Amino acid sequence: MALDTPQDLERIDFGLMDPESYRDISATKVITADTYDDDGFPIDMGLMDPRLGVIDPGLECKTCGKHSGSCNGHFGHIELAAPVIHVGFAKLIRRLLRGTCRECSRILLTEPEQAEFRDRLDRTRDLGQDVDDVTKAAIRQARKKDRCPHCGEEQFDIQHEKPTTYYEIQDVLASDYPARIAKAMEPDENSARITPRELADATGLDVSRVQEIISGEFRPRPDDRRALESALDIELTEEDMNKLMASDIRDWFEHIPDDDIETIGIDATDSRPEWMIQTVLPVPPVTARPSITLDNGQRSEDDLTHKLVDIIRINQRFMENREAGAPQLIIEDLWELLQYHVTTFMDNEISGTPPARHRSGRPLKTLSQRLKGKEGRFRGSLSGKRVNFSARTVISPDPTLSLNEVGVPDRVATEMTQTMNVNDRNLEAARRYVRNGPEAHPGANYVRRTDGRRLKVTEKNCEELSEKVEPGWEVSRHLIDGDIIIFNRQPSLHRMSIMAHEVVVMPYKTFRLNTTVCPPYNADFDGDEMNMHALQNEEARAEARVLMRVQEQMLSPRFGENIIGAIQDHVTGTYLLTNQNPRFNETQALDLLRTTRIDELPEADGVDGEPYWTGRTIFSELLPDELDLEFGSSAGDRVVIEGGQLLEGTVDEDAVGAFGGEIVDSIAKLHSRTRARIFINEVSSLAVRTIMHFGFSISIDDESIPPNAQDQVDEALDNAEDRVQELIEAYEQGDLESLPGRTIDETLEMKIMQTLGQARDSAGDIAEEHFAGDNPAVVMAESGARGSMLNLTQMTGCVGQQAVRGERINRGYENRTLSHFKENDLSADARGFVRHSYREGLDPREFFFHAMGGREGLVDTAVRTSKSGYLQRRLINALSELEAQYDGTVRDTSDTVVQFEFGEDGTSPVEVSSSADEPAVDVERIADTVLDSEFDDGEKQQFLGEGYEPTNISEHADDWWLAQSDD
Amino acid sequence: MSTIPTEIEQAVEETNLPQRLKTELHSTLTERDVTADEAEEILQATVAQYEESRVDPLDPVGTVSAQSIGEPGTQMTMNTFHYAGVAEIDVTQGLPRLIELVDARKEPDTPMMTVYLDEEYAEDRERAHEVVWNIEATRILQLGDVSTNVADMLVQISLNEDTLDERWPTVDDPVEVAGEIADTIESALGVETQQEGLMLQFGPDEPSYRDLLQLVEELREVVFKGIEDVSRVVIRKEETDQGEEFVLYTEGSDFGTVLEIEGVDASRCTCNNIHEINKNLGIEAARESIIEETMDTLREQGLDDVNIRHLMLVADIMTNEGEIAAIGRHGISGAKDSVLARAAFEVTVSHLLDAAIHGEIDHLDGVTENVIVGKPIKLGTGDVDLRMSPGASD
Repeated sequence: MALDTPQDLERIDFGLMDPESYRDISATKVITADTYDDDGFPIDMGLMDPRLGVIDPGLECKTCGKHSGSCNGHFGHIELAAPVIHVGFAKLIRRLLRGTCRECSRILLTEPEQAEFRDRLDRTRDLGQDVDDVTKAAIRQARKKDRCPHCGEEQFDIQHEKPTTYYEIQDVLASDYPARIAKAMEPDENSARITPRELADATGLDVSRVQEIISGEFRPRPDDRRALESALDIELTEEDMNKLMASDIRDWFEHIPDDDIETIGIDATDSRPEWMIQTVLPVPPVTARPSITLDNGQRSEDDLTHKLVDIIRINQRFMENREAGAPQLIIEDLWELLQYHVTTFMDNEISGTPPARHRSGRPLKTLSQRLKGKEGRFRGSLSGKRVNFSARTVISPDPTLSLNEVGVPDRVATEMTQTMNVNDRNLEAARRYVRNGPEAHPGANYVRRTDGRRLKVTEKNCEELSEKVEPGWEVSRHLIDGDIIIFNRQPSLHRMSIMAHEVVVMPYKTFRLNTTVCPPYNADFDGDEMNMHALQNEEARAEARVLMRVQEQMLSPRFGENIIGAIQDHVTGTYLLTNQNPRFNETQALDLLRTTRIDELPEADGVDGEPYWTGRTIFSELLPDELDLEFGSSAGDRVVIEGGQLLEGTVDEDAVGAFGGEIVDSIAKLHSRTRARIFINEVSSLAVRTIMHFGFSISIDDESIPPNAQDQVDEALDNAEDRVQELIEAYEQGDLESLPGRTIDETLEMKIMQTLGQARDSAGDIAEEHFAGDNPAVVMAESGARGSMLNLTQMTGCVGQQAVRGERINRGYENRTLSHFKENDLSADARGFVRHSYREGLDPREFFFHAMGGREGLVDTAVRTSKSGYLQRRLINALSELEAQYDGTVRDTSDTVVQFEFGEDGTSPVEVSSSADEPAVDVERIADTVLDSEFDDGEKQQFLGEGYEPTNISEHADDWWLAQSDD
Repeated sequence: MSTIPTEIEQAVEETNLPQRLKTELHSTLTERDVTADEAEEILQATVAQYEESRVDPLDPVGTVSAQSIGEPGTQMTMNTFHYAGVAEIDVTQGLPRLIELVDARKEPDTPMMTVYLDEEYAEDRERAHEVVWNIEATRILQLGDVSTNVADMLVQISLNEDTLDERWPTVDDPVEVAGEIADTIESALGVETQQEGLMLQFGPDEPSYRDLLQLVEELREVVFKGIEDVSRVVIRKEETDQGEEFVLYTEGSDFGTVLEIEGVDASRCTCNNIHEINKNLGIEAARESIIEETMDTLREQGLDDVNIRHLMLVADIMTNEGEIAAIGRHGISGAKDSVLARAAFEVTVSHLLDAAIHGEIDHLDGVTENVIVGKPIKLGTGDVDLRMSPGASD
């Protein structure tokens, strides 16, 4: 019986394997421990027997006739000289030994008990709960029985010595029984001497028999022993551990009836308990344990092969010794050794067993180790698959690309291919690709003829081959501009970590990204690498375009707002453009809008010598015509947009930012994702031109404050330190009153922290007063582009208190932080208060405290990433099967209803912002729109849900798309 | 104001819109002066937008929710131990608390209850204190000085009259209280206790120095009044819509007992131990408290922008079986039907061995299994069987 590889899996049945089946599927019996002979040929019936499969290219498998690569290999088997216990089932074997009769092998439960447990088992199975609790209870109850309810045989306790030894504990007559009796007969404080005659009377034995027993000539029978024990009030027995050999256990289990086994939850048809004790060991195919040829021509065998060699050697020795009639002791030793090797072959990490080691001392990686853990077969190989058509390289920014695009290096584009099905219409194009060959850029790497034969396109044959291409062929052409690919950056924490982009083939070696897609990928350009996958069938490409393109993923399902938008200098740029509402002449205005699709300026805002346009007017050019919005900006003013015109307010992070910028969010939700994508692209390029127009840089002088301000800061800090000193004095004199629920010490610490915190804030406030409004750091903090007022405070005013574990620094030497301080000094500077600013520079002690606080931050981050990674893995594993259904319910893949309506109202988390109060559907707004606005025909249909917005599936279709909607 | 035509009204009622939208539509249409045609258009547009805003069929909402909770985990802090509104009580916060919640730990790291009081107790600090003494564990050591008289082999407690007066203002004679204390000691330690006014004394049955010390040790643990697990109660005055009221925050929790205490408004009390909530208020309340607690944890970290629908889904799957199941090997992931899915998650080998013994069958329905065997997963676009047949039209 050979195992055929199934083509389509419908289900997988699990069970134990019968030794007979092992023999049936075995390609050969393995009897020789050697692998190759001196000439380098595999030895027949050895571990590398060619019937077990082939690994060397060119050789033919002796079983199936296939070559390496197509032959999956075949199992062999080893006939074990003696049965051996399978370690994985050691616990179950113990349970079975304890729960079944040593004589008749039936389970130690009466029929009604069995029926009850079987009922309970069925019920738990129906409920889909763990059956282990029931089976354990059954065994526990069975174990209580001293005698078998079926045959009446006495039962003994089973002791399990890990990993694979079992003892039956029986009471047997102690070897020193005469001495014990004699001692009991001696007189002591409480009793006089007992004569043998008295003893005989008390036990009902013959006097002579008693004499014989005392002299040790006669071993008392069990009944006599008990009589003697009760008469003398002593114990004559000792515990004896009767070792159960694997063969005994196998015999024992063979007689357990099927019905009894079902009671303890074991599937009797597929998993007979005696199969847990192995008599035949399957030998994995050579393909599962390939040997490697080293550079010096030596062969290095796989760990499994090493282990199998050990097993066969011991097995052989065992058989030889047994045939030679070796003493039982030697046989038992060999048996144990065989057990050890088989055990470690299955699992080499059993506690209590020394792991089998390689010659170098490295523990062998055997079967269990291959399956287990992150790099194991399940998580590493089966759940994580390797793919072709993928590329990885460093990323770098390119603001000229659309956010939907990605710059792909030409050398990647020539390697990744897309399959063209040649027909009459694309015949010319296909031929052109093939003619270009594999090296020139839009070329081809392979062609497949109509007969299915695949040919490599080379520099030499490309001219010739291109002539032969005809409809029906398949051409694997290079990636070209406009192809869709999938782009990913690890860690893939949310679905926006994998998005589809359109290819723009570029020179050089890096992937190029628009900077606005950094937030969803959480990417920066300090050496980050990203992965690209070229899609290989039309279904995948269609799905990628419709569902996965960056613009379709613009709204985050986490908080229902946009996650793509202006970042950093873009925000600064729009701030500069709109905050003071500067004026631009025609040339300047046109220059700002140069990289957008706007090529005509609106009416000038006024004339001041020459016509001028304000920043807000220029910004308004990018807005859709019907946009009405009003919201507060982070710069502190109100932004009013009416009819697509920015009337007042500063456009900053809150308006166009990447995390919930109002304008971007509204366009994406009320208009379309395509419109939002165009808007973001244009805002970012307008912002870049703006910031170039004004110029924007920052230097150390931008953080300096005038001397009188510095004096004020110093004074504020001095005052704070004085107040801290006062607090400490009050504390030392016991005048400090503790806060409710806190000790005096805690109170003091809290008050000092509070005082110093306020001191830093006031230093920051003083510094802030002396900054000009156009100070670049202030501009960045105020617009939300980068940094905060706290950062600015630390740079110019005072760095403030350093903390470790949320407390002022109190570790280091005994009762002091550093040797520079007196013991128990609680003052501000002795406990890590840094009063200098970053610009002034820290003194050595401050620097040290600052490093302590900084170290904690780093450690915290390191711990956090691993913890939250595991949390994420568990969450995804638990929730991955849940899916919204057509009827609105949320069910898992076995159709269990988890929610009757997703999130209680069925609303998509993408559509509704979780921070705003407004509902997903705003009836008032709809009514306004219906009553007030003038629709074009198509738009109205669309609004009423009858028509669909024109689809835009490519950057290259923008012109068409824009023509469809007149904006 | 005008009345809307009945046909429109009927049409509104017949739609699949949720009640809130129906009411809103109704009021909007009544308030504004709309023609029948306009009304119909408004209705149609509302229905269209509503349908648009619904979650798409076959959306893998589970994975999305898991990611939406897991992703902010990277931004959370570790080891924050600070206040949850009440500065006086330390409560586990941040990532450790989130992990604790999805793990469904039997006992949170820092158990805590929020106890609201009935009206009569809530407005008066004195009355509120009465409830506090019934909740906070009062150990006998707190009520007086304990001394050991080695000569007579006696443990002597001299109760402090002021303390007794303060804690039991309703009882006129502190000696009465002392009597009760004596009874408590007798029943707790099983020794004869003599009382003389505010002095209590007792000793071991047989003179033994060890037993004497043992008794003193045991005395420390004896709780006279209140709930043993509640070590501290903090009273706070809080603003509510109806004015101010006193609210109690406890360190340690015993939800079932607290609900029974006189003066406690059981309908508003909460507890941060979801198992206690489940035991006393049922699984629906437990679900609600999982949502509430996770949301609070996220809010404390400034991550309250996470859509509450994601937390609902997590809470729903944790409580789906009627008991609280943890997210992980001991809960949902360990109870999956598929052997391969369990083996691929954690403790690979033992799941395979158990499956063999029980003769399990993997029907390959889930996600992980199909990834393993290399078939398309039955989720999202992989769950659609509809195909266009070229050639056939209409």
